[in-house]
Amino acid sequence: MRRIISVLMENEAGALSRVVGLFAQRNYNIETLTVAPTEDETLSRLTLTTSASDAEVEQITKQLNKLIEVVKLVDLTDGDHIERELMLIKVKATGAQRAEVKRTSDIFRGQIVDVTHNSYTIQLAGTSDKLNAFLRAMSESVVLEVVRSGVSGVSRGEKILAV
Amino acid sequence: MLSGGDILIRCLQEEGVDYVFGYPGGAVLHIYDALFRQNRIRHILVRHEQAATHMADGYARSTGRPGVVLVTSGPGATNAITGIATAYMDSIPMVVISGQVQSHLIGTDSFQETDMIGICRPIVKHSFAVRSAADLALAVKKAFYIATSGRPGPVVIDIPKDITNPTDLVEYEYPQQISLRSYNPAAKGHTGQIKKAVTLLMEAERPMIYAGGGVIQGNGASELTSLTRLLGYPIVNTLMGLGAYPGTDKQFLGMLGMHGTYEANMAMHHCDVLIAVGARFDDRVTNTVAKFCPYAKIIHIDIDPASISKNVMVDVPIVGPVESVLTEMLEVSQAKIGKRTKTQASRLAEWWAQIEGWRKQDSLRVTPSADGITIKPQEAVQAVFRASKGAAYVTTDVGQHQMFAALYYPFDEPRKWINSGGLGTMGFGLPAAMGVQMAFPDALVCCITGEGSIQMNIQELSTCAQYGLPIKIININNRSLGMVKQWQDMQYEGRHSDSYMESLPDFVKLAEAYGHVGIKVERLADLDAALEQAFALQDRLVFVDVIVDRDEHVYPMHVAPNGSMRDMWLKKGVRT
Ligand SMILES: Cc1ncc(C[n+]2csc(CCOP(=O)(O)OP(=O)(O)O)c2C)c(N)n1
Ligand SMILES: [Mg+2]
Repeated sequence: MRRIISVLMENEAGALSRVVGLFAQRNYNIETLTVAPTEDETLSRLTLTTSASDAEVEQITKQLNKLIEVVKLVDLTDGDHIERELMLIKVKATGAQRAEVKRTSDIFRGQIVDVTHNSYTIQLAGTSDKLNAFLRAMSESVVLEVVRSGVSGVSRGEKILAV
Repeated sequence: MLSGGDILIRCLQEEGVDYVFGYPGGAVLHIYDALFRQNRIRHILVRHEQAATHMADGYARSTGRPGVVLVTSGPGATNAITGIATAYMDSIPMVVISGQVQSHLIGTDSFQETDMIGICRPIVKHSFAVRSAADLALAVKKAFYIATSGRPGPVVIDIPKDITNPTDLVEYEYPQQISLRSYNPAAKGHTGQIKKAVTLLMEAERPMIYAGGGVIQGNGASELTSLTRLLGYPIVNTLMGLGAYPGTDKQFLGMLGMHGTYEANMAMHHCDVLIAVGARFDDRVTNTVAKFCPYAKIIHIDIDPASISKNVMVDVPIVGPVESVLTEMLEVSQAKIGKRTKTQASRLAEWWAQIEGWRKQDSLRVTPSADGITIKPQEAVQAVFRASKGAAYVTTDVGQHQMFAALYYPFDEPRKWINSGGLGTMGFGLPAAMGVQMAFPDALVCCITGEGSIQMNIQELSTCAQYGLPIKIININNRSLGMVKQWQDMQYEGRHSDSYMESLPDFVKLAEAYGHVGIKVERLADLDAALEQAFALQDRLVFVDVIVDRDEHVYPMHVAPNGSMRDMWLKKGVRT
């Protein structure tokens, strides 16, 4: 099953490579990975998605917790949560295509953030599923480039991940 | 105000370090100079950095204190890798200090630069890349704390040369206390879980205790022994756990696993409640995991939460230090032991009767050679046991001789049996014995090895000469990579692809060339006398080259693939 694991770790050189190395070393898969500093400058927050059985996920979270620099982590998919991913997509937009691309983008609440004579760059945020659906909807168009940020997320309600 | 080099040495002194095992080079010259200018820490100069790590490892395993290693950047650091991985796999506390090129050269492929932090990442508990002399003391403090607490393991401190520069002085204060918000190993087990476990144990009809290296590393051997005796249950030890329970006691069924005794593996397979203590359900123990202990409810005590339900799902996990968990368990059990019912007592008696039946198999019986002259490797180990009165520290290398030593030399105390169980590192035995002998100068330290393994760190005979280490090397010489050959006999129709040791040196002459004593034994009748002669030379290293039957196999041996624990080869061509 797909999991979203969010990790608070010491904002130190080398911490990220330990997390990534752990996944390679133990043959766990990583689908997406994003990492950035938090409001507390001593901490950074890393969010990753992986597909694994329950037993594997248990091992993954335990092994992550074992890393000295990992302060705390949560499997967001254990409870209600909000997930977001950002995508920038550059598509060919000429002639009749221009209106068609814009219409599809509007339906998905995408924003056109850059325009040339021949192309649109669309920004879209949402769940990974929504981004995938948009890519499928654009399959008639000529997609020139796709950049995705990877998933980040938080728990719903008052539950927080903090030290 | 002190230089980084002096700070490092002061920190090591603060940690109570008495020996540093190492080898100098460009990136650590400032540190070596700082070592030279003090006399509290003794540096032991090895002949290869791998040996420094194994020496530190042997020191740590025998004393329980962390072993300390010092190597230079580049090749010095990479040579240390095998020893770091060995310590990591067996959870041995070790601090490895590696030199690094000067900070401004890092990343430029400069002379003797390697990314040590990157290379060692998967085989260390943690590592520190020191960025300034002011950070050094804290890094050392953290390194020792991390290496020795929780589930122990090796920690690397990588120090660029400029940080130890004698002309750059910084404030020095050694932190007395340390706490890390991201690292809090369990201080005790969950009382509710402990009670649950005791209840389960009290209700058991066919109980088993399965104890591993964690009991030894966690200093829980005497607690384990008391609990086992109180309960009156059968116990087995893993290869790493030998000595956690007295090996000559009647409740002890021997080692379990791939080369475990018949009774140990049979009892494991048939038990209804299993308590695993400081053991990790390694594949060399379980055989096919799906067929492991099919009737058992399982209790697992371990300091590492990630060990729990990793390979085998358990029913009652207890995360905590074995010593404190076992102490608590003992208290709870003492209160309950009198309330065991008669039926239970008779069920336990039936279980013991069944076990005694398995014992009659006598799976470790040695068949002497037909000619009455040729020495069997098992007989060699038995002779070492006799000559040392079972009281020696025994290190081994890896192969058949290691298994024979584990099976035929019972240990009544923890920390006397020292071998590379997890990584299975040939070349471990001699340097590990050196570390033990350093820690216990007056003890009898035997290295039971093979002619293949001993040649992987044979250069250390020179270090032994330099420091006067009177180790007794017992070379179980079968003129072959015996364990490899055994597998080839059993699985490849006897095609001995590169499992012979040809062009062997004359080990007696070799020992003598280094200034030691060499003895060669070829006849069974001479064996005891040769060992007695060797052990009588208390202040000399003696290399006893024992020529043994080259075709012997280690039995019992698990049947694989798809076998359960009770599926064993009992001798050539005979299986359960
Ligand atoms: C460094 C290393 N390389 C290879 C092996 C694989 N291996 C395991 S046992 C063995 C044979 C060891 O031969 P020897 O030391 O003579 O011991 P014997 O089995 O003959 O008693 C080998 C090659 C290993 N364990 N370690
Ligand atoms: Mg051999």
